[in-house]
Amino acid sequence: MTKYLLLKHYRGGPDPHHPFPPMDEWDPAAVDAHMAFLGHVTDMLDERGELVGVQALTPDRTWVRYGGPDAAPVTTDGPHPETSDLIAGWYLVDVDSRERALEIAAYVSSEPGHDGEPLYEWIDVRQIMDGGTSRG
Amino acid sequence: MTERRGRSAPSTRSEHPAHPWDERTLRGLIPRVLAGLLRRGEEFDVAEDALQEALVDALRAWPERPPRNPEAWLTTVATRRLVDARRSAAARGRREEAVATEAPAGPTENGDDTLLLLFCCCSPDLSPASQMALTLRAVAGLTTQEIAEAFAVPEATMAQRISRAKRQVRGRPLNQPGDLAVVLRVLELVYVTGHRGRVDLTTEAIRLARQLILATDEPEARGLLAMMLLNHARLPARLDAHGHIVPLDRQDRSLWNVAEITEGIALVQSALAVQSNERPPGRYQIEAAIAALHDDAPSADETDWIQILEWYDSLVALTDDPIRQDPASLLGRAVAVGHVDGAPAGLREIGNLRTVMGRHHRWHAALGYLSELGGDLPGAADAYAAAARLAIDVAERDHLVRHAARLRSAS
Repeated sequence: MTKYLLLKHYRGGPDPHHPFPPMDEWDPAAVDAHMAFLGHVTDMLDERGELVGVQALTPDRTWVRYGGPDAAPVTTDGPHPETSDLIAGWYLVDVDSRERALEIAAYVSSEPGHDGEPLYEWIDVRQIMDGGTSRG
Repeated sequence: MTERRGRSAPSTRSEHPAHPWDERTLRGLIPRVLAGLLRRGEEFDVAEDALQEALVDALRAWPERPPRNPEAWLTTVATRRLVDARRSAAARGRREEAVATEAPAGPTENGDDTLLLLFCCCSPDLSPASQMALTLRAVAGLTTQEIAEAFAVPEATMAQRISRAKRQVRGRPLNQPGDLAVVLRVLELVYVTGHRGRVDLTTEAIRLARQLILATDEPEARGLLAMMLLNHARLPARLDAHGHIVPLDRQDRSLWNVAEITEGIALVQSALAVQSNERPPGRYQIEAAIAALHDDAPSADETDWIQILEWYDSLVALTDDPIRQDPASLLGRAVAVGHVDGAPAGLREIGNLRTVMGRHHRWHAALGYLSELGGDLPGAADAYAAAARLAIDVAERDHLVRHAARLRSAS
């Protein structure tokens, strides 16, 4: 079994398959369908024993670094806060093969959009290295 | 690891009607037994570990052979565990001076044990996260696994947090008075942590607050319990069949828990009855009074917003500089102003809070609410969409996005 991180993004990545409006401009029924699909994905992964974790992130981002001796930490929201890559959340799955990880990612990407058609959203698939510290 | 103490008592208990016990009565004994061990001079951390082991033994043994005196049974078994722990520690070659130390038995106290233990677990030296974890383990009797699940962290993380907290309170005398305000704050934090997985911290907080009011006459303690009950009463209507959040004004009030509302109203009335101009009611009593007015309204349209606004005036008067010290209360007050004096008046109040709360999703949600109240549906949708972007809870974010989408399609 190998663990993969499936990352969803608010922005960044390859050019979108097609443009779509922000979700608060969708038909309310399309919003419901989209959210129901994501809930179904989590249930499916959980039921198959493949789900390790699923989390969403707020779009608020702060970069921080050590400020030096006797100095406060230095923070910024980035060199290009409006265009830089921004992670929205992830699934952490434990699966038999890389093919299965890609299959799950493609399924997530088929989530219904504002018109009920698949969003074709790009999903960033990253393999977790063995031997790192893990607590549970 | 299996769940050691489930939500319901072992089914075999019904075979022993002469010796009724269940998980609730078992856990109710924890403060007394633990306080007894501490009065005998045992250290907090080892005594608490020994009692946890005794509780596991009890759940194994009691369904078959219920004890005549559960408290004495737990004390005996926990003491045996303490002796075992000392022996194995001594066998490892560690010097163990406590073996010889047999502290004199202190006076036996009952109702106050809960309060003294809460003071210990809510020691101001501990962080709020540690205070909550230690309280849930040492006073409420939850397992480390249950507490970890409630806070959505790995069990190893929670075990470490609890053992570190126990080491920090080690040596603190049990009879040392504590800060009741900190205890109330910790119980409130436990309550708002809510329900996750199999663990429901709302009912645990209510159970702890019930134990607390047996040990203190402080009106704020009753105010806190009342506030919890009056909010908890509405939880059955808070989610719809799909698990979506239903806001207060759209909830099916027939689903509200009438018994909890009745009890909460009686509690807040009894607390307010002993208050005076010299000793005005505190935050929890005021928040309970506001919750009671919502719970008492037969429909959202019949809410007594005039009285609610008066209570919000009292709430914001508790601090010298509410715009900096308590903007959340001003936000609630602005919504009440919108209902009493009209949406434009409420929106003016909200505008004053933008500099201090403009990065907070609740400010945008209140702006959306008042805009919708005033008939500005596009403005309300924009505000709800902004609130969704700032929300920190997935269910709340989804609700805000849905509401924005509904308002856009309606306008």
